[in-house]
Parts: sequence; structure tokens; C-alpha cells
Amino acid sequence: MNLFKIIDDLQQIDGEAIDRLEHASRRSFISNLGKLGTKAAAVAAPIAVASVFNKATAQSAMAVEVLKFALTLEYLEAEFYTMGLNRSGLIPANRRDMFDQIRKHEVAHVKLLEGALGLTANQNKPNFNFSAAGIDPFASYENFVFLAHAFEDLGVRAYKGQAGNLINDDAILETALRIHSVEARHAAVVRRELSDLRNDPNIKAWITNAEGSPAPIYAGEDNTTHAGVNIMGIAGKSKEAVTEAFDEPLTKEAVLAIAGPFIVM
Amino acid sequence: MSIIKNPFNNPDSPDNQIISRVGRRFFLRSAGLTAVTGAFILGACQDHDMEPDATVDLGSGDIGILNYAYALEQLEAAFYTQVIDMAYSGMTAEERRMLTDIRDHEIIHREFLKAALGTSAIPGLEVNFSSINFNDRASVLGTARVLEDTGVAAYNGAGKYLQDVQFLLVAGKIVSVEARHAAAIRDLLQPRSRYFAGDDVVDANGLDVAKEPAMILADAQPFIETRITANNLPK
Repeated sequence: MNLFKIIDDLQQIDGEAIDRLEHASRRSFISNLGKLGTKAAAVAAPIAVASVFNKATAQSAMAVEVLKFALTLEYLEAEFYTMGLNRSGLIPANRRDMFDQIRKHEVAHVKLLEGALGLTANQNKPNFNFSAAGIDPFASYENFVFLAHAFEDLGVRAYKGQAGNLINDDAILETALRIHSVEARHAAVVRRELSDLRNDPNIKAWITNAEGSPAPIYAGEDNTTHAGVNIMGIAGKSKEAVTEAFDEPLTKEAVLAIAGPFIVM
Repeated sequence: MSIIKNPFNNPDSPDNQIISRVGRRFFLRSAGLTAVTGAFILGACQDHDMEPDATVDLGSGDIGILNYAYALEQLEAAFYTQVIDMAYSGMTAEERRMLTDIRDHEIIHREFLKAALGTSAIPGLEVNFSSINFNDRASVLGTARVLEDTGVAAYNGAGKYLQDVQFLLVAGKIVSVEARHAAAIRDLLQPRSRYFAGDDVVDANGLDVAKEPAMILADAQPFIETRITANNLPK
């Protein structure tokens, strides 16, 4: 499976496609994420993207939008963990390996997605304000772990919400799924750390009902209907167990509404 | 399985009542033996009639992929049921809570898939846990890690074969919970280290494992007595 196949295909079709893709993706990126993006830019960007793919498939154009969206979240996570690990005395010595492993993965995801989109290093990276939620994550270890768990749970929901948009792009779908489960591993261990720090056994590696803070990240996690089957009470299990057994997706719009305040252009 | 099931064919006959009691005792004794042998007959109390030598065909298309998931969830649910029923000595309260949660999640996955598949569902599978020492923490948690990592790799590799976007979403909803399980089990084995998402499962590109169904079934076969064919699954 090769995430770069889409770019290879394009190059065979049109040698200038990559240059135009880079230009288009930057404009689209700004219109999607910059709160300052004008309506005109928001309309123009999809047209620019479409022109890049005028000889390629519609599915590929959709996949590029998914990759750009994913890259934004990976930039956020990569910078967050890099800053946390660089802040002297913030992360206890016996927790640095755990967070360095997470940082390593987020940096790898950034590189992978930049490569797939034909971007140079940090080409689309916005500036971030990690204190936008009113909590300075670098002021205390607990703050840092709290924001980390929020970003990871949000990331899991974000990737899940895009799976359907990749159903006709097998290679990219599989790559996205392989990132998605890594984010879920991150979420699980960070939640366990938060549980210990707060001495709160109700914070588990998995999400119970729609419990959690910030609330918008957990909204809808208490859904019990999947593929048209309502499983409330299945096998005599509690609602807690039934909702823990399934993670829920979030739309791109919902994710950007949550992540937006952390992004300062 | 036939030894246990046949006596119940005519429970009103006096002879069969005796045989029935023998059958029940045989079953209970067999189940009791699991402490020593680890062997456990999963399908013994279920409705499906199945020849001992019958090969189960997962089927084709989305149904085949869902049956593939159903087979793996049956395996996981049976494993954790036995883990809790025969808790290893020294199991901490936290470990019991976690493993009970995971058992319930896997049972819910299994029953959900059975309900979603309806009449297309494969029968209950016979499992073989003879290689596992359920009284030994390392054996239990080591097996749990393998099963969870395998589940993640299975869903990651199978998603691309699903045609129905609703089923793809469901697979996504389940796989991240399997990944949470995998990380939590790994965190029990090597607390707060790199191991929860170790370099043995996450590659240099930050990607988790994805495996094709044929590979997964070969990995799982030591735990499954029933022969399964995936020949008709999408490739």
C-alpha cells in the first residue's frame, strides 16, 4: 500500500500537477482553517483543487482534502508534544519515554502526510496557541496530560469521521486506518495517566457514555445504534459497557470548531 | 460437541434423561478440566448444529468480512470470559476491572456482529486455549496482547474490502476500541513506557500493523479448533 500512489498517478497525467497542488492546498488550507478566510477564498479554493485533478478522479480530490485536514491535526499534536518535551521540568523523567514515543509518531505522521501532499517540511504549518482553551498546558504536568488526552481522543474521532470519504481510495484508507489506531493507542495510555494523576478510576482507557472534558470532544459518544442496530441492553450488558465498546466519529466541521481556537494564522 | 448435544435430542425419554445428566456432568467436568488442559468448548451450549469436521465458510463480500470480524470477536470474548472465570492468582482489583471491561466489550462486539449478520452469521466456533496457562499472569496478559494487536491489524487490513460505508464506519468504531485495549494491556505489562505503542507494532512512518485476512487466520488458527475457510473473502 502506497500513500504516494496518488501523487505518482498525477505526475503521469500532468507533470505540473504537483506545483499546482501545492499552491491549491495552501489556499484551501487557509480558507478552511484561518478564521480570517474570506467567503471568496472559500469558494475559490475547491475550484483550484478541482483544476489540479481535472484529469484525475473525484475520489482522489476528496482524498486530498482528507489528507490536508489530517495534516493540520498532526501539526498541532507534533508541536504540542515537542514543546512539552522541550519544557524543562514539565514531564517527569519516568514519563518522558511514553511522551517521546507519542511525539515520534506525530512527527512521522506529519512527514508522511506532507510527502503525500507534495509539501516541503512545515510548509502548511500554522502557528498554534495551546493556551486558547484557558488552560496553559505547559504550566503543570496535569494540564499537559489533560490537553494531551483531549487532542488524542479528538484525533481518533477525526480520522474515524473521514473513513467514509476514503472508501474508494483503498491505499489511502488503509494508511488512514493505520494512523487512526495509533492515535487510539495514544489516547488509551494518556487517559490512564490522567486517571492516576486525578485519582479518578472513572477515567478509563476507553470512553464511558459521553463522559469527559472538554464536553464537545465527547458529545455523541453515548450513541448505541450502529449500522441500524440498536444494541442497548445487548447480552445483558450495562449502558456503560455498551457505549465503551464503540468509539464514535466526528465530522470535519465539528473537529475544526473544537481545534480552531488553538490555531492562530 | 456431538457427545454433549445428542443427549438433549429427546429430553423426555427416561434413558435420555440419564444420558442427559451424564452429558451435563461430562460437559461440566470438561469445563472444569480447563484449569489443567485449557481446552474449552465454546459452542457446546449454542443452538448451531455442526459436524465436528465441518469447515466454516466465512462467505463473500461485506458479509464475509463481517463474519471474519465475528470469528475474531468470538475468540476474544471466549478468552476473556475464561480469564475472568478463572482469575489468575494475584490479579489486582485494577486488573480485574480492566479485564472485566474488556470481556464485556468483546461480548458486545460479538453479539452486535451476530445481530447485524442475522441469518448470514457463521455458527459458534470451537476454541482451543490449551496453550494458555490461565493461572499465570504473564501467560494471560501475553495472550491478551497478541489477541488485541491481532484484532487491530485485522480491522486495519480489512477496512478496504468493505463496500458499504455504514459497515466501514462500524469497523472504525470497533478498531479504535481494540487499539485502546491493546495499549492498556501493554501498559499493564510495561507501565508508562514506549511499549503501549511500541516499535514492534508501529513502524517508522507512525503506522500500526495492517494484515490480510489469510495471515490473521493463520495467526489465530492455534486458538480455533473449528476449521475456517476465507477462500471467498474479497482480495
